Amino acid sequence: MQLTGAELLVQLLEQQGITTVAGIPGGPILPFYHALAASKRIRHVLARHEQGGGFIAQGMARVSGRAAVCLASSGPGATNLLTAVADAKLDSIPLVCITAQVPSAMIGTDAFQEVDTYGISIPVTKHNWLVRDVRDLLEIIPAAFRIAESGRPGPVWVDIPKDVLTAGIEIAQLPLPSMRTPAPQVDDEQLARAAALINAARTPVLYLGGGVIAGDAAGAATAFAEQAGLPTTMTLMGLGAMPVDHPLSLGMLGMHGARYTNYALAEADLLIVLGARFDDRAIGKAAEFCPDAAVIHIDIDAAELGKIRRPDVAIQGDVATVLACLAPRVQANPRARWLERIRELKQQHPLALPGSEDVRSHYGLIRAVAGLLDEGAIIATDVGQHQMWVAQAYPFRRARQLLTSGGLGTMGFGLPAAIGAALAEPGRTVVCFSGDGSLKMNIQELDTAVEEGVNIKVVLMNNQSLGLVHQQQDLFYGQRIFAADYRRPTDFVRIAEGFGMQVFDLDAAADPRACLAQAMATRGPCLIHCSIDVNQKVFPMVPPGAANTEMIGG
Amino acid sequence: MRMENDDLKPGKVVLELTVANHPGVMSHVCGLFARRAFNVEGILCMPTGDGDESRIWLLVLDDSRLPQMVAQLEKLEDVRSVGRHGADRPVFERLQAFFE
Ligand SMILES: Cc1ncc(C[n+]2csc(CCOP(=O)(O)OP(=O)(O)O)c2C)c(N)n1
Repeated sequence: MQLTGAELLVQLLEQQGITTVAGIPGGPILPFYHALAASKRIRHVLARHEQGGGFIAQGMARVSGRAAVCLASSGPGATNLLTAVADAKLDSIPLVCITAQVPSAMIGTDAFQEVDTYGISIPVTKHNWLVRDVRDLLEIIPAAFRIAESGRPGPVWVDIPKDVLTAGIEIAQLPLPSMRTPAPQVDDEQLARAAALINAARTPVLYLGGGVIAGDAAGAATAFAEQAGLPTTMTLMGLGAMPVDHPLSLGMLGMHGARYTNYALAEADLLIVLGARFDDRAIGKAAEFCPDAAVIHIDIDAAELGKIRRPDVAIQGDVATVLACLAPRVQANPRARWLERIRELKQQHPLALPGSEDVRSHYGLIRAVAGLLDEGAIIATDVGQHQMWVAQAYPFRRARQLLTSGGLGTMGFGLPAAIGAALAEPGRTVVCFSGDGSLKMNIQELDTAVEEGVNIKVVLMNNQSLGLVHQQQDLFYGQRIFAADYRRPTDFVRIAEGFGMQVFDLDAAADPRACLAQAMATRGPCLIHCSIDVNQKVFPMVPPGAANTEMIGG
Repeated sequence: MRMENDDLKPGKVVLELTVANHPGVMSHVCGLFARRAFNVEGILCMPTGDGDESRIWLLVLDDSRLPQMVAQLEKLEDVRSVGRHGADRPVFERLQAFFE
């Protein structure tokens, strides 16, 4: 068949199973948009900012576990996309970003809307390409999906000059869609050593990271914990891997973990770390993290093994596969004494959620939303205090239930990620907890949400402040609140209405609980607005640079 | 990046990379070192055989972060293999004459 590069690209995406893409057109990418318009299988979602488009794709990828596609034109389109891609890199989210470039002959001439997309995407991607010949698309596009989804997932970026999109190509048939590269073989000797350590441990803790979710190993990890009697903690990215109300769950560790969680970890004689990377927000001062614990580190990415903490046993492999090999060698063990000690710690140092009964307070609002939903709901957050309150107080019970920007901590993530999640899973309710600062970062995507009619509920916890900055200044900078509070209130109700979005304002509601319930029961996009107290803190907290056991507050 | 023209002292290591030969590969390799604040003392790159692959020689300090750097190099798509040599591969000494 005779095709243009653009038509070939559409067909390659179609056969890769892509049904929704998000992006914004511009000059150089128009040949591709022209071809896309004719596709019967791919729906294009027009974002209002390329960063929004990138996060919409992330939302799709995070709920599905499959690579999602975002599109941008050259120059400013590509640079606008960058933050969303960097975010995907740090959270290991599979994305295929496709941008157009000025025509090959003009590359290097500082042509209109030319930037070195290839160069700027190197540090934020797993791999990237500048396509030099239309024939190369046959190899590059399947490889892009294979690399994005294989091993430790991540974003890849394909930059395509306009003339490559318009060039003709004659092919007999399409290349096969790509398959994931198989995971490495698990080392038998390391497995035996890991099992021996687990069987001999007295106070072991299982530590689950985002890799458990990416590797679809949540069920296996929970079963493993039950078999070996392992109290289990999760990182922010790992939340949902084990239901929080599971008797073995210790909840989230680290900077805003419960006191009992961090104290229990300090008593561990063995850490079994699955798909986690010893991030500083999780482990605090590295030298004082679990000082008495031996470490078994299991991860698909060999470069994570020993990067921060030298493990006693390191196993490179797919988490689910490793657990399947390890489980038969590990003795069933009720570990009554250790679990009794955990119960004692939980009793002595519980997670305090003050104001939980008041729907117009931070914890109360989160709990009230949770009370109206089942575990099928998807929860996205933005970044700030509200994000940490959600991590602490929302009862996550399922992998891929929480979508949050963990590694990069990008304000503006929540709304577009929620839109993407709703596009990928139209049957579910998607809630986005946001702060007023974060919402302003991608507020234009309210328009996209309304246009697409997605079932998202944006819960705006409005403290008229960059709350987390306010908290830091209050606690660690002599209460000098500077550039953190907004001097005048924003009328979010009118803004949302201006975008044609339905609004439920808990501030104005005679019965805020009933108002919230009505909002949750209404299909389609809406904003739920609620003012909260700017002086509330995220507690407990590990101060910057301190060990996890040196928490303040809570 | 800076080419040192003193002898290969103990504490320095030569890395031998076999990479795909295309215009971006040097950026990937050098960018990785720069990004992780790991200095490259010397660098040498030439295509090999039929030009499908290149060999990159890197002169680096043997500090405690080197294994992590090698692990990160091995993750680059275009890097096919990474070898490590000590004083047995005097690649950079032999170039001495060009840096006098
Ligand atoms: C893009 C971006 N810029 C700056 C920051 C630094 N930062 C972290 S939290 C925060 C405040 C967030 O405010 P808001 O969204 O209103 O949430 P709150 O803390 O009030 O709940 C800021 C400025 C960031 N994380 N991301």
